[in-house]
Amino acid sequence: MTTSSTPAAVAPEAVIEHADLDRPVAFTQAELGWVPWLEPLPESEFEERHWTGLVDASRAKSPYFALLARDPEILGARTRTDKDIFYNTKEGLPRAERELAATATSRHNGCIFCASVHSRFASHHSKRGDDVQRLLDEGTDAALDSRWRAIVDASVALASTPVALTAGHIAELRAQGLDPLEIADVIHGSAFFSWANRLMLSLGEPEAPATP
Amino acid sequence: MTTITPPDVIDELLGVTPGSAIDELRARRPVTRANAQASYDALFTPEHPGTVSAVERLAVAAFVAGLHASAPTERYYAEQLLSAAAAPVADESARALPQAVATEIAAARTSGPYGAYPAGPLSVEDTEGLRYRVAPDRRDVLGVRLSAALDHAHLLVFRPREASPAALQALLDAGWSTSDIVTLSQLVAFLTFQIRVVAGLELLS
Repeated sequence: MTTSSTPAAVAPEAVIEHADLDRPVAFTQAELGWVPWLEPLPESEFEERHWTGLVDASRAKSPYFALLARDPEILGARTRTDKDIFYNTKEGLPRAERELAATATSRHNGCIFCASVHSRFASHHSKRGDDVQRLLDEGTDAALDSRWRAIVDASVALASTPVALTAGHIAELRAQGLDPLEIADVIHGSAFFSWANRLMLSLGEPEAPATP
Repeated sequence: MTTITPPDVIDELLGVTPGSAIDELRARRPVTRANAQASYDALFTPEHPGTVSAVERLAVAAFVAGLHASAPTERYYAEQLLSAAAAPVADESARALPQAVATEIAAARTSGPYGAYPAGPLSVEDTEGLRYRVAPDRRDVLGVRLSAALDHAHLLVFRPREASPAALQALLDAGWSTSDIVTLSQLVAFLTFQIRVVAGLELLS
């Protein structure tokens, strides 16, 4: 590529270091930024397949999605998987508890950025911001009611390598009133964040919000 | 309602039969089911493969599945690698890969996630664990590119919180382009999803 609308501040085949970045050092429900360690695909180089891969064209402005757009086919399939697992709530597990599974997985894997986004969603949809904050502050063993305990335990066990989920976790979810589709939603919510955490953690890093 | 139409790898790994409980459960999430398969297709039979070869994709996949020690998935990718490496079109150097990858799996297996957080209040949660790298005397068999990919895959699987620009620089130095790194990262990360969907649904069946 010889034309680009942006100045060539970084060569595309080099890592981007953010020496003076204000890095968050704790889990938070605050809105964090995210900066890439590799050059996102410049919008001037987008072709039809890149726009298709973004699913929502507005995501070209996000450095995370514009970086993933370098392989647009897997990005598109990833995004459609993500949206269906979390937003398709006609039946199955309530949105709040899908977000709880995402938050617990992110807390376990150590993804401060993913945990911030999905803990906000979990708090918003459950109206249980204090419980969510305790999960962030104290970790996945934090005191929770028995239904949330079962969802967090199953998510954490599934997120471990090798996978540590057992029939006992499934039985506990059933005992808490989850039907098979709802249990499958916990599995998908946690499994998807095993995917998302690894992209977010390894292709860039979070930035603390500007101090007010 | 039964919806198994084209081959679906997750169904295959679960041994799902039309009309079974898991088939019906997955049929209630048709978009999730279709896009899990579309993700697999995009990574393993890509329309635009770029500069990441089929053998490289399967060697990394076999390694990641082996690290999870999750029987059906591990066997599936080991067999895929075996046939790709033995295919007439495969490079002569690919013949030794299935055995070489199996050796690395045995050396690299551990339990995670672990690793260090950015210095601060979370440092009390830092946990030590294996910082695996392909041994120098085995890097010749795997080659520079694949050795770097396995090092990185291990980081992503077990201690993703320790990812760093330096880890990406190591891939660039080994000949992975920026776009190749995106593909590699998606491949490893997707497999951690696919393996867990199979492991989870298996317990439901």
